[in-house]
Amino acid sequence: MALPKRIVKETERLMSEPVPGISAVPHEDNLRYFDVEIHGPSGSPYEGEPPDNLRLRAANYMHTPFRGVFKLELFLTDDYPMVPPKIRFLTKIYHPNVDKLGRICLDVLKNNWSPALQIRTILLSIQALLGAPNPDDPLAADVAKDWKEDENRAIATAKEWTSKYAVPESK
Amino acid sequence: MCDICCDDDEGLQSFAMKCGHRYCVNCYRHYLTQKIREEGEAARIQCPAEGCSRIIDARSLDLLVTPELSGRYQELLNRTYVEDKDTLKWCPAPDCENAVECGIKKKELDKVVPTVACACGYRFCFGCILSDHQPAPCELVKRWLKKCADDSETANWISANTKECPKCNSTIEKNGGCNHMTCRKCKHEFCWMCMGLWSEHGTSWYNCNRFEEKSGTDARDAQAKSRVSLERYLHYYNRYANHEQSARLDKDMYTKTEKKMVQLQSASGMSWIEVQYLNSASQALQTCRQTLKWTYAFAFYLARNNLTEIFEDNQKDLELAVENLSEMFEKPIAELADSKLKVDIMDKTSYCNKRRLILLQDTAENLANGMSFKL
Repeated sequence: MALPKRIVKETERLMSEPVPGISAVPHEDNLRYFDVEIHGPSGSPYEGEPPDNLRLRAANYMHTPFRGVFKLELFLTDDYPMVPPKIRFLTKIYHPNVDKLGRICLDVLKNNWSPALQIRTILLSIQALLGAPNPDDPLAADVAKDWKEDENRAIATAKEWTSKYAVPESK
Repeated sequence: MCDICCDDDEGLQSFAMKCGHRYCVNCYRHYLTQKIREEGEAARIQCPAEGCSRIIDARSLDLLVTPELSGRYQELLNRTYVEDKDTLKWCPAPDCENAVECGIKKKELDKVVPTVACACGYRFCFGCILSDHQPAPCELVKRWLKKCADDSETANWISANTKECPKCNSTIEKNGGCNHMTCRKCKHEFCWMCMGLWSEHGTSWYNCNRFEEKSGTDARDAQAKSRVSLERYLHYYNRYANHEQSARLDKDMYTKTEKKMVQLQSASGMSWIEVQYLNSASQALQTCRQTLKWTYAFAFYLARNNLTEIFEDNQKDLELAVENLSEMFEKPIAELADSKLKVDIMDKTSYCNKRRLILLQDTAENLANGMSFKL
């Protein structure tokens, strides 16, 4: 089946005007399947820290802070854009709205999906979710519980997981 | 250009509602198909634009979709209409497509048992959608069913297999070993056979022959007392379950009889209409047993006062009448052909129905006057 115009246009735009802190690249053999990377928003526990040996030098580059980099996979089904894209985290993340399998609890991925939304808007929503975890509407019940009982400790755990798992691959 | 499919061909047909969000007809159609067919939505389908809460009205919908889809849409619309309205409920009988209207208010449910009959013949309670449970009010039925689901098997088992420690009343299961029991909780030592103090057994260990000893008698009395509430529950539960079971058997009996009646019709020359009295009898047995069943749940929670006796008399009369009818009903075919028995069955049938109504009227009156329950 030929790739619908809508997907072609979206892909083109993702390439030509990428969203800051977000990248989405389709697989060559399956243009409906995207490798996604989202940078943890600054000021959030998912921001990440530079590796020890870079810390000194990093001080000189405060305007480009190191970020936690989260990998996700995104798939556009045949019914897209009538149904939302399928998306999940591949990088382990400690977040009340993301479960062990990386599935995400987000309204625009479920009942608030509209065909007028796009891949870029969804990815922005996910980035925003990283900046504002919502333990009152949890998917990972145990994480949400920690979050409510001792927010500081939960944030510390989230930071720890970020520096452990969400590290950019060395190029 | 259509924002959904990004198509920008010339002459592309598009559609927009008053909100002005314009998309091509094709995308609109796909969108509606998805919503109606896959998500089962109807009355709340919004404009496809993000965050636009304009509902797609029936007229726009008819313009856009195939007649088949708009049929499904109507169906869903009716469903939401009934579901959203407090005075309407779907009949819960299998394959029945009717909705029933009843003006009962939620707060009246402790005083009335709003039983309705659907045109399909199924009778159910409008308050909780369970099958007819007169005379017991919904709240009581809910408690009873929960109690039975939680307790009946457990209670039976406890009654059959355990005893309580004579000192601290902990329930104890003896799953082996000798009769010398030491309570895990209070360390009380007693004999499983006579429930008396172990220390009084002297040298006759492992072979209790001290049934008449005082400590044993006292302990057994205490035991009996603590069993009373359990026995009381089982008393009502067994009768409740018995009527449920019997109603099923009566129904089977009727199906069997019905077959034989067909044979009988050809053998004895009775016409179809002449054997219908058996059908009425079967119906009466079912409904009366249904009512009797619930009188036991009702009685379990009933606080005792002088009205209770009237209720119990009514219950006894109905039960007796039902058992009589049931017995006649089970007679072999050859006897059923007897015209005297036929008259008897017809009389008993109407008597049962009458007793049932009397019982229900009496309880309904008492309920409305604020009957008290021990919940």
